[in-house]
Amino acid sequence: MALKMVKGSIDRMFDKNLQDLVRGIRNHKEDEAKYISQCIDEIKQELKQDNIAVKANAVCKLTYLQMLGYDISWAAFNIIEVMSASKFTFKRIGYLAASQSFHEGTDVIMLTTNQIRKDLSSPSQYDTGVALTGLSCFVTPDLARDLANDIMTLMSHTKPYIRKKAVLIMYKVFLKYPESLRPAFPRLKEKLEDPDPGVQSAAVNVICELARRNPKNYLSLAPLFFKLMTSSTNNWVLIKIIKLFGALTPLEPRLGKKLIEPLTNLIHSTSAMSLLYECVNTVIAVLISLSSGMPNHSASIQLCVQKLRILIEDSDQNLKYLGLLAMSKILKTHPKSVQSHKDLILQCLDDKDESIRLRALDLLYGMVSKKNLMEIVKKLMTHVDKAEGTTYRDELLTKIIDICSQSNYQYITNFEWYISILVELTRLEGTRHGHLIAAQMLDVAIRVKAIRKFAVSQMSALLDSAHLLASSTQRNGICEVLYAAAWICGEFSEHLQEPHHTLEAMLRPKVTTLPGHIQAVYVQNVVKLYANILQQKEQAGEAEGAQAVTQLMVDRLPQFVQSADLEVQERASCILQLVKHIQKLQAKDVPVAEEVSTLFAGELNPVAPKAQKKVPVPEGLDLDAWINEPLSDSESEDERPRAVFHEEEQRRPKHRPSEADEEELARRREARKQEQANNPFYIKSSPSPQKRYQDAPGVEHIPVVQIDLSVPLKVPGLPMSDQYVKLEEERRHRQKLEKDKRRKKRKEKEKKGKRRHSSLPTESDEDIAPAQQVDIVTEEMPENALPSDEDDKDPNDPYRALDIDLDKPLADSEKLPIQKHRNAETSKSPEKDVPVVEKKSKKPKKKEKKHKEKERDKEKKKQKEKKAEDLD
Amino acid sequence: MSLGNIRQGKLRLQKWYLATSDKERKKMVRELMQVVLARKPKMCSFLEWRDLKVVYKRYASLYFCCAIEGQDNELITLELIHRYVELLDKYFGSVCELDIIFNFEKAYFILDEFLMGGDVQDTSKKSVLKAIEQADLLQEEDESPRSVLEEMGLA
Repeated sequence: MALKMVKGSIDRMFDKNLQDLVRGIRNHKEDEAKYISQCIDEIKQELKQDNIAVKANAVCKLTYLQMLGYDISWAAFNIIEVMSASKFTFKRIGYLAASQSFHEGTDVIMLTTNQIRKDLSSPSQYDTGVALTGLSCFVTPDLARDLANDIMTLMSHTKPYIRKKAVLIMYKVFLKYPESLRPAFPRLKEKLEDPDPGVQSAAVNVICELARRNPKNYLSLAPLFFKLMTSSTNNWVLIKIIKLFGALTPLEPRLGKKLIEPLTNLIHSTSAMSLLYECVNTVIAVLISLSSGMPNHSASIQLCVQKLRILIEDSDQNLKYLGLLAMSKILKTHPKSVQSHKDLILQCLDDKDESIRLRALDLLYGMVSKKNLMEIVKKLMTHVDKAEGTTYRDELLTKIIDICSQSNYQYITNFEWYISILVELTRLEGTRHGHLIAAQMLDVAIRVKAIRKFAVSQMSALLDSAHLLASSTQRNGICEVLYAAAWICGEFSEHLQEPHHTLEAMLRPKVTTLPGHIQAVYVQNVVKLYANILQQKEQAGEAEGAQAVTQLMVDRLPQFVQSADLEVQERASCILQLVKHIQKLQAKDVPVAEEVSTLFAGELNPVAPKAQKKVPVPEGLDLDAWINEPLSDSESEDERPRAVFHEEEQRRPKHRPSEADEEELARRREARKQEQANNPFYIKSSPSPQKRYQDAPGVEHIPVVQIDLSVPLKVPGLPMSDQYVKLEEERRHRQKLEKDKRRKKRKEKEKKGKRRHSSLPTESDEDIAPAQQVDIVTEEMPENALPSDEDDKDPNDPYRALDIDLDKPLADSEKLPIQKHRNAETSKSPEKDVPVVEKKSKKPKKKEKKHKEKERDKEKKKQKEKKAEDLD
Repeated sequence: MSLGNIRQGKLRLQKWYLATSDKERKKMVRELMQVVLARKPKMCSFLEWRDLKVVYKRYASLYFCCAIEGQDNELITLELIHRYVELLDKYFGSVCELDIIFNFEKAYFILDEFLMGGDVQDTSKKSVLKAIEQADLLQEEDESPRSVLEEMGLA
């Protein structure tokens, strides 16, 4: 019995083919991992067999397991064994396994070179084909170098089946071994006119891929491709060529002019959407690159926009999506042609498909103007209310903020409206973007001085209803806005209507449930408010009122002192002590408000993000120079790392005697002063250029907002942004009437310059003056800031190596290495051009064969050794 | 560019045309599955993912996905997926998921005849199928003597 069972299991072990494995895995759903590890053990046994059929079967199963995510790198050598099987059935499996699992890190890959070379020159085209296919997946720089010439020869193979594969794989070879590009290029170019359409399309593919990365080297091929484009009927090829032209035109504007006509013809005639889409995209790209030189292509743009409109109106979601995508490209250069389709794009916001809605949102970003901003945002706000799912709603929220804040709030004519939009957004439940809204509130309040009064009134209302925002944990994201609200109310407390009321709101016990960083801001800004109230009370002579406020502080602050958050605790106890001190002074009738206010004197200005980086190094300052000269020569740099601890011990006794010896110390000090006086790098106590810069009254340089409110806006309570839309319309209407009057009076009084900060609005299409003369406080930059740094190019770009001039004649040194082994020193006699190389190389091939055989023997030995190891 | 069939979180086929480490591959496949499976049926076939564009299409129980670069044409990629499905269909004769699972190496061979290094090798369905059939024929020639030998060995 036992014997039978053993025999049975052995049989099964041999029999288990791929189908059995797949079935087995499906039948072992519960303990799949266990089953597979058992299978892998079996496979390991099978790989030890000498029978190549068993091995191939094992490798086939491994390939399947590799797809399921199991590591099969340990079997790399067995895969090579199967690859080198003489039978196509096994070879095919071996190459498949290799192409799926080999990568540049596979160390045995170098053993494949000769096997692949043999397969490439096999009489059977399918052996060659399978080798080329495999190689295309795992080619390494070494393989590319050693096999480049073999593959190049195959590009002129008699069978188109081999030619097209050889042509395609050349692209991978070029990427791994850029030196092969120049010698191989003439033949590649020949293949553009190959009689076989498959080969031709392969050549087009490769050259287009190359040219896309480094277009300037391929300009000379433009006429050839132009011919192909007008003659070819294969859409796949046409798309590639058109894409190539898209890459070439920025370098050669004349080409663009020529292209427009055939492309528009194609747009009119083709029924293939993919080709139409490619043409439209390329026309857009061409027109963008031409936009400076040729203004009269509005017809083409119109055609594109029309076609895109048809795509967007199509019921196919894919076309809709792509139409919107292409539209956004046109938008960048021809915003007006797109803006006329605003209706359609707003419609897309109602689409079922989220990705289409998001594309439409992207488009809206570029479509806003001063005129339509309020309308668009209003529409978006209704979508915010309707939106299901927080992701899309959050996306809407960020888009609203992006749209409004773009290019320094360029399109906002009424900041009160914007603040009320922001306040409305705080009512969203569960948004993650509380900090974003908060940042906008802060930014607007700080940079638009005219809005501060309004902002403060809104923020104090927010603080008053803070319990609504902070009540449930679900709304945690939104409580970030309280951070902004508290800071704005504190910093600009002079604008507060009822500071006392706000102060109490900020000292409510509920506040202690907020996150620590927000509480910290509360505590800090409570003091600012307090200082402000004190001043008001003292000026009004209400000593009692002042004392009452102090008492309130003393009563309420301890709740923060108990906070678990270190920052809150520290600030609160510090401030509590301060307030208690003030209380004592107040008891003695000492006026304190003035002094308390000085704690918060001065104004904070926004600093440009790169300001720090752009501070120029003052003349004469060497950042690398020693501030204190290193102690002495004996402790020079190179000795130091050797024994850190030992040296420390040594140094200590060194210092002590110097401390003791006063005279010595004085002498040294004198010497050091002498040295410093002579050292140009030492920063002396006289004001350095840097110091002087710091002293400069930086605040004075900042343009301060001059505001005159043309519309008195008093909206009680929390405003609805819609009110502003109406008010704004009225205001604009009035403004227009006034303007018309003025125009009659004096016809020519315009054009003061195109700057948007100028007092007269000059944009011809948008004659809308902002409600507030908004002078946005620009971000601070240091004086003589350096010009912005250029973007570094990515040094790891794999395509950079292929930036090679292809028109230069080929130098001898550039010839591809011909069938030689890495260690064999073979310097071939110089030949004139590549086809000759091929002929001559036939002779050495025979020699090589012998050599190869030797090499193979060596390999076999290695294999045996390896096997022996495996068996151990 | 990579291509895979995904169904209910199970990978049926994958092909990578850019060198990627195993770890990265697994991570990408997992991520991609999540993204694609989360899509609702009426959504369009394209999505932006990392710095790539993903083109996918569902055929019966299988999702066919293709990750392409920014400049590549989405519609032609969709066409490419469809072409591959047609090829599978012709080869297996109204293909179903089980055909691909149990003959996954054949599915790879077809893919390798159709695409190479991420580029279309032959746009003609006929010539792709012809190549596959002839290679299969070669395999059968190989196989018949082998099975005889094996039987002898077993006997």
